[in-house]
Amino acid sequence: MLKHCSPATAVAAAAIAAVIAAPASAKVEGDTIVLGSALSETGKYSTNGIHAKNGYNIAIDLINKTGGVKVGGKSYKLRVIYYDDESTPARGAQLAERLIRQDGVKYMLGPYSSGLTKAIAPVTEKYRIPMVEAEGASRSLFTKGYKYLFAVLSTSEQYLASAIQLAAEIADKAGKKRKDVKIAMAFENDPFSLDVRAGVIDDIKRLGMTVVIDDRLPRDLSDMTATLTKVRALKPDLLVVSGHSKGAATAARQIKELKIATPMIAMTHCESAKVVSKFGASVDGFLCPTQWAETLSYKGKYFGSAADFDKKFKATFSGYKTVPYQSAQAAAAVLVWKEAFERANSFDKEKVREAIASTEMTTFYGRIKFSKAGNNIAKPMVLRQIQDGNYVVVAPSKWASHKVQHPRKVQ
Amino acid sequence: MASPKPAAPARTGFLSPAWLKSSGEGWTLLAMIALVCVVLVLISGQAQTNLTILQVAWQQNIQLLLDGLFIGAIFALAAYGLALVWGVMNVKNLCQGEYVIMGGYIAYYLYANDIHPFFGLPIAIVFMFGFGWAVYVLVIRRVIDRDLFTSLLATFGIAIVLQQGLNLIFGPEVQTARSGLPTATVTVGGGAFTFAWIKLTAFLMCGALALAVVIFMKRSRMGQAIRATAQDARAARVMGIDTDRVYAFTYSLNAAICGAAGVLIAMIWVIQPFYGITHSIRSFVIVTAAGFGNLPGVIMAGLGLGVAEQYSGFVLGADFQQATVVGLLLLVLIWRQIIENRHRRVVE
Repeated sequence: MLKHCSPATAVAAAAIAAVIAAPASAKVEGDTIVLGSALSETGKYSTNGIHAKNGYNIAIDLINKTGGVKVGGKSYKLRVIYYDDESTPARGAQLAERLIRQDGVKYMLGPYSSGLTKAIAPVTEKYRIPMVEAEGASRSLFTKGYKYLFAVLSTSEQYLASAIQLAAEIADKAGKKRKDVKIAMAFENDPFSLDVRAGVIDDIKRLGMTVVIDDRLPRDLSDMTATLTKVRALKPDLLVVSGHSKGAATAARQIKELKIATPMIAMTHCESAKVVSKFGASVDGFLCPTQWAETLSYKGKYFGSAADFDKKFKATFSGYKTVPYQSAQAAAAVLVWKEAFERANSFDKEKVREAIASTEMTTFYGRIKFSKAGNNIAKPMVLRQIQDGNYVVVAPSKWASHKVQHPRKVQ
Repeated sequence: MASPKPAAPARTGFLSPAWLKSSGEGWTLLAMIALVCVVLVLISGQAQTNLTILQVAWQQNIQLLLDGLFIGAIFALAAYGLALVWGVMNVKNLCQGEYVIMGGYIAYYLYANDIHPFFGLPIAIVFMFGFGWAVYVLVIRRVIDRDLFTSLLATFGIAIVLQQGLNLIFGPEVQTARSGLPTATVTVGGGAFTFAWIKLTAFLMCGALALAVVIFMKRSRMGQAIRATAQDARAARVMGIDTDRVYAFTYSLNAAICGAAGVLIAMIWVIQPFYGITHSIRSFVIVTAAGFGNLPGVIMAGLGLGVAEQYSGFVLGADFQQATVVGLLLLVLIWRQIIENRHRRVVE
């Protein structure tokens, strides 16, 4: 039996030896600063995981080509060690340990999704490794007192809050009492969507409107006719839906099929669910929040304007018709690292952490300034409306390029 | 088993201490009632409001009923496949849902290539039949005589491989194959409900498929062989039936039925590589409730489950829609247990 296994055992032993022998001082190798990240390259988050990876890579490429990171008068290049977390939190946490303990990584970029970030943050916190993440929006990430976690994106409770605000403005204009504004809510039962819900509830309370439906969609639910039937019976003024791209696709499909005539519908993940190409004119008038859009007038030192980033990204990676905001914010996270190293003028991770905490910069992705809790408080969520198949910014009014269409035309 | 003497144990009052003591069933029942009470108290306010809505806008009942029946028919189809495999081979096929989703992706693939997804139905049946045969030869044949856990693990493994395979090929996005059939709005008594033609079409197709399978099982040589093997595999072997072939055929037939169900699912709902598990669970619930070899039972349970899901989604909220599936299973099992206990006592 032993004899039988020996080749396999030898290979395994060699592999283990190789892993153990890996250098434990990989933080800066020669003229290269090594960052680490566990990203979802396979599994259910793989699409967005790869968007994020492309975002990291385009920024690293740009920095390396334009003089690198200057620390102590010397120019350093950036490099990232990526591992595939298979979209599972347990694996993500393991890989973070591996990056830190075996590969000696001292600076981390975040994974994709709130769930993975939640799994990895305790690990980076334990080893006091600063992590700049771009894809975990759950607000519960920033209520745990983490010191080494920073996020460049807006947190999830802001996602649909602007839609509630917009409904209030529309009601005021029409001379309707705010408490007569009826709102139907359907949120998936997962950390992200429940955060979105918490933000929505706060705003509904603040503005004194009425909730008529408050349904929670199970994780695997591919049918929401029951909820939508209720919507038809109760005729709310606003329907808000959040359940990642599968929720958006299910809702868009069944809203069309059940001919739901609600005048205002807001949902997250319209873009990633590709509702326009899938459901055509029936989704006209839907309101969709986004972290970033290439039409915004943000401008920064590294990529130029949002539109410039859009152009460069499309030229670098083939197959993108629109640039996902996941890629844009990933690139922004790398920019934060570069500036922080230069301002700290050191590789000491505590000093770099402090430099990150005091970040205040304007980029193509919007302004970045971290609260004490680590989330970015300088960039708002923008609300786009699908008008004739195009996404146009309608709120907040400072960045709006178009007027909101209300009520939406029901096809 | 009729005993000439009167039943031996003295009748004890329902829920009396003696009755509780005499059997575990009393406690189970009490716990169940307590659980139902707690749930009802927790949700009662909202649930009552929703019931009122159903009374006022009564047309929505038609909507829920229709949607439930239409989707329930597809549940029943996949469940019947499971009942076959379970009953004939005693394999609890955990990748049932993945076969459904595979069928769905066949429809989606055609749709994405500008071919009407209806054509997916024959293609899915043929392709999934072949696929089922391959899986049988590669895996199932080797685990069929082993204990329960081996076949559970094997089919669970197949489920994972299929999920990830579909994910690699089609990506993790939610997809749908649109049939292009219109939705009609029906107005009755001042309210309206909608009626998607694709759902009715899928319902009729389901019926036709079920009928075809029934006739096949009753009339054809292979159908008879399958039934014989289900009754007693060893005896069937003695009679000259090639049970290995029967098993392969049964397993492939199940995959084909699931594939057909999947095509319909892709046209009326949405699919994603990881959505299989809910279809597996539904199939298990239906078969457990109805028993195998009981086609009318499977159909009734499937339709009932479809309607129950819609109503609980409406009344209790969408978060209870899937809880209903497992909740009903629990109730069925407890009820069975009680009946069985009572039966045993009478026999004693």
